[in-house]
This record gives sequence, structure tokens and C-alpha cells, in this order.
Amino acid sequence: MERGSTGESAAKTVIEFCGVLYVLPNGKPLLQGLNLNVKCGETLVFLGRSGSGKTTTLKLINRLLVPTGGEVRVHGASTTATDVIRLRRGIGYVIQDVGLFPHFTVERNIGIVPRIEGWSNDRIHARVHELLEMVGLPPEMAARYPHELSGGQRQRVGVARALGADPAILLMDEPFGALDAITRDQLQQEFLSLQQRLNKTVVFVTHDLREALRLGSRIALMEAGRLVTVLPPQEFLRSRDPLAAAYLRAFGERLDAVANRGTS
Amino acid sequence: MNILHFFAEHHEEILELTLEHLWLVGASTLLAVLIGIPLGILSAQRPMWNRPVLGTANIIQTIPSLALFGFLLPVPWIGARADRLAILALTLYALLPVIRNTYTGIRGVDASVVEAGRGMGLTDRQLLFQVELPLAVSVILSGVRVAVVVSVGLATIAAAIGAGGLGEFIFRGLAMVNNQLILAGAIPAAILALSADFGLGWLEKRLKPR
Repeated sequence: MERGSTGESAAKTVIEFCGVLYVLPNGKPLLQGLNLNVKCGETLVFLGRSGSGKTTTLKLINRLLVPTGGEVRVHGASTTATDVIRLRRGIGYVIQDVGLFPHFTVERNIGIVPRIEGWSNDRIHARVHELLEMVGLPPEMAARYPHELSGGQRQRVGVARALGADPAILLMDEPFGALDAITRDQLQQEFLSLQQRLNKTVVFVTHDLREALRLGSRIALMEAGRLVTVLPPQEFLRSRDPLAAAYLRAFGERLDAVANRGTS
Repeated sequence: MNILHFFAEHHEEILELTLEHLWLVGASTLLAVLIGIPLGILSAQRPMWNRPVLGTANIIQTIPSLALFGFLLPVPWIGARADRLAILALTLYALLPVIRNTYTGIRGVDASVVEAGRGMGLTDRQLLFQVELPLAVSVILSGVRVAVVVSVGLATIAAAIGAGGLGEFIFRGLAMVNNQLILAGAIPAAILALSADFGLGWLEKRLKPR
């Protein structure tokens, strides 16, 4: 099913889904035999409707969920055979509701993983300020509390926190879904330039085709717990797959203008 | 006025019984917090413990206080001294609000905050002590406040089994049909309850996140 894009095939595989099944305790299958590789430095976007299994797939990577069948491998090792805390600390996690700790300042929020990893205070402080700059927030934000920030600022802090201990992998579950159109556009733009600098392996979940086309180096289209197709944005636009075509129709014309041309 | 005169004359005894009362309430509240908070945490984290723990605390609450004192009387060591017995009974009554509020407080922490914390690799212990408990603290404290206020009132009944406290005045006053004596017990008890309510309420507000 998967058609890796040309030129990227030499890149190292970071995350592998091998026949992954996920069934709820009540017997309802959410994911029915997923096979997919995520390569180093790419941004793989899972696109699909709610209930298609995209968030489930994401949570299988940092073992918030454990596969019912098959195997998820991160850096070559099965997630169930790895120490779960070590696994998670090596993976940044950004969610739509951000989930900042309301009783921590921005500085403590961003520095949480470095702190539990036992970094020195000076090093954490320097890292927090580096990250604030990276996500476009002024240094005086460090002393603020989450409730004093706007939605966009909060999500910037969320991204900075996920990058805290410089993980190789970043998981993003509809991170910009709750933001207004202008802020979303801004954050998407900044995500692209940030990704060019950092070159993380990113797995991104969205139901927004525009966002998928703009940010993804490949788009994995999901429907009812199955992977329909995996295509780079430019090929997705020309896809004859009925579901892909339905998406293109639903989102209207001028999509080729936003589509990622693979600058790397 | 008569009552002021009475208070002035008996101030030493009033003070002594107030201190006894404080001891009964303080010791039982401390025990209830030490037992109740871990039980509340347990029932919040392990759903299978939730029903038996809260159910038991609920049932205890329905036992009339005099009957509970009676039930505890044959218990060795406990039944040997009236104040031990009273402290245990008051502890049992105080458990329900403490357990219930600990449970509610932890369960009430925003799910996205917990998910983010877990997703970034906080251990269960780190999640509990750095995120869940700090965010639940004002809810837990309001449970402790309810427990204290109820205990101050209940502790007056402990005088019936000779455990002392301000109930002494009340029971004596009832026996002698002397309202002054009753008030000598009731007024300090009410003041204790109100100041505990006010003090803990203030603390609760201060500790409330955001």
C-alpha cells in the first residue's frame, strides 16, 4: 500500500508499525493492521475524520496505548520492550488542549522534562530561554502562568515544552485545531521554519487537508481504522483514490498553492 | 449580665475543657487526614477500590454517634480510655469527607493536563506529587474543613462516655436544667467551629490554583 517518496528512501526508519492492531476492551476495533514506516526527519501527517484511528495511532507511539496485536518499534525497539518512561522522555508530545500545568509558570512548564531528567538549574534556565526564543515568545513570558496567556501563546509554550529535552521525535495531535485562523496560519508557518532548523521526526495528526498539505512531507490517509494511502502532498493532489478525491472536493480549489513541495 | 459573670468565674474550667475539646478534634482530624488522603488517592487511581472504600466510609457515617461509641467500647486498648475511644470514633466520622474530597479533587484535574504529563514521561509518583495533588489541594482542604466543623460538634457527645471536652458543660447543664451551663459548653464550641471554618476556608482560597 505504502509508496515511499523518491529520494527519501535512503533515510533511516525511526518509527515502524508492523501489523498493528488496536481493539477496545469492548471488542470494537480502532486500528486494523497498520503497516507503515516513519523516516528520520520527515513530517508524516495522519489525515482522517474523527474515529478514523489517527489519534490512536499516535498514542501507540509513546505507549499511552499498547497494541492489541502486532508491534510498534521506535528506534528499532518494540515499545512494549522498552522502559516506558525512557521511551516517553525521548518523544515530545503536543496535544490540542495543550495541557499546560496551570500551577507552574511558563518557565517551569517548559523545563519540566529537563528537571525530572536531573539537569542543573543553570542549564534548564538557559534551555528554557533558548526555547522561548525558538517558538517566538519574549523572555518575560517565563514568569507568567498559563491562564495569563492567549491560546496561541499557550500552544507555543506547549511546543516549547515538548522540545524541552531535545527529543528526536515529536508527536503532535491537532496542535493548532483550537486556534483562530490567523493564529493557526502563523503557527503553521513557524512550525515549517522551526522544522527546517531542527529536522525532527514529526508525526502530526489533523483532519484539516490544508494543514496536511502544507506541513506534511507525506500524508497518511486514514479511514475506519485502516490506512488508505500514503502520499507526498504533490502526489496527493493528483491522487485518483476516491477518498483522497473526496477530501480534495470538500476543501475546494487552490490547494496546490499551499501544498508542501518538499524543500529539503 | 449573668452569663458573662459565669464565664468569668469558671474561665479556668472553660479553658481546660476547651483544650480537651481541641485535643479530641485535633488528634482525630490528623488521623483522618493521614488515613483518608492515601485512601482517597488509592480510590482515585484504582477504580476497583473506589466502591469499597467510599462505601465503607459512607456506612460508618450512618451509624449514630452514641451507638458507635458503644460499639467501640469492647475494643482492646481503644476501649480502655475514654479519650482514645472518642478520638477513634471522631476519626471514623471524619474519614468520609476527607476521602471523598481527595478522590473528587484528583479526579477533577483536567484530563489534558494528566495526559500531557503522562505523555512526556512523568512517572505515576511524579504525576501525583507534582501535578495531581497540588491541583487537588484546595478541594482536599475543603473536605478537611467539613470534617473539622462536624467533629467540633460531634466531640461534645464524647462527654457522654467521659471523654471530656466542652460536652461536659452541656451534659451537666442538661441534667441540672441550667441554661448557663449549656451555653458555657455551646458558645466556646461554636466559636471553635466558626474559627476553624474561617481559618481553613482562608487557607483553601490561598492554595487554590490560578
